[in-house]
Amino acid sequence: MNGLSKWTWHMMAGLGLVAFLSIHMITMHLDLILGWFNPAGGESLDWANVTARGKQAIMPFFYVAFLGLALYHGLYGLRTIIFELGIPKRMARLTTILILIAGIGLFGLGSFAAFHFASVAASTGAIQ
Amino acid sequence: MNDIKQQGNRLGIIGWLTGGRWGFERYMYSLHRITGLGILSYFLLHIFVTSSRLFGARTWELVMGAVANPVFKLGEFAVFAAFAFHMLNGLRLILIEFGFAVGKAEEPVYPYRSSVNTQRPLSVIVIILAAVIVCVGGYRFFFMH
Ligand code: HEM
Repeated sequence: MNGLSKWTWHMMAGLGLVAFLSIHMITMHLDLILGWFNPAGGESLDWANVTARGKQAIMPFFYVAFLGLALYHGLYGLRTIIFELGIPKRMARLTTILILIAGIGLFGLGSFAAFHFASVAASTGAIQ
Repeated sequence: MNDIKQQGNRLGIIGWLTGGRWGFERYMYSLHRITGLGILSYFLLHIFVTSSRLFGARTWELVMGAVANPVFKLGEFAVFAAFAFHMLNGLRLILIEFGFAVGKAEEPVYPYRSSVNTQRPLSVIVIILAAVIVCVGGYRFFFMH
């Protein structure tokens, strides 16, 4: 992927995030105003709501897509800012590699958490 | 040499606020960068905190209890406000960077017209919409329980 396509993906990820992040913010922070995506009612972070969302089949896919977009967009943005400092080529390569490793690691952890949680929530009804 | 005329700070506080000849899009750029980095820092921590659900309800309540204090609440609100600005300003940037909302290309005939004047209304809309979202969110954060 050349530099321009990486940047174009950064923009496209930003567009995708508008939908994902808006849904996330409405769920989490407008819970007592709109109540959307909070099947148990009340506050979004109540365990009852967390497990109720966890049991919905689409949720892990939603989380993983959201995670991937946000990691790509955010870490690419960080890389741009570091590159703008005018660092030498070798440092730039090292930066890219470190950011890539961090991104893949966090994507792995988050995806595992989303899918594992969904499967336990679906099989036991709730996690005690 | 002493015939160089001292220039007073003609723009005063207005110049400070508007960046002199730069205009406030320059400050929106700074704010976009600050909010982007702020959201990213929060987000990296957020992945670890929310992954704690893997260990069940007790751990979840414990972790949620640990972050349920006024400092974190204020921080969370700052992230919410950063989201409102970064998202709307990001949409503005995407429109502009892909060539929309910048006005028609025209021959550069003196006196040149700045395309910033064409873009300005969009910047004002972004600020107003972001302020509305921040107010609604702020009401939920601080006045509803
Ligand atoms: C809500 C949807 C979002 C939109 C529409 C959006 C849009 C944008 C745009 C257009 C840029 C500027 C790129 C450029 O001009 O080259 C940008 C930069 C950036 N964004 Fe986002 N973004 C969003 C969400 C996020 C999130 C969730 C994060 C953090 C995880 C983030 C972190 C960053 C960073 C660190 C930068 C680099 C700032 C800079 O170069 O000054 N953004 N974003």
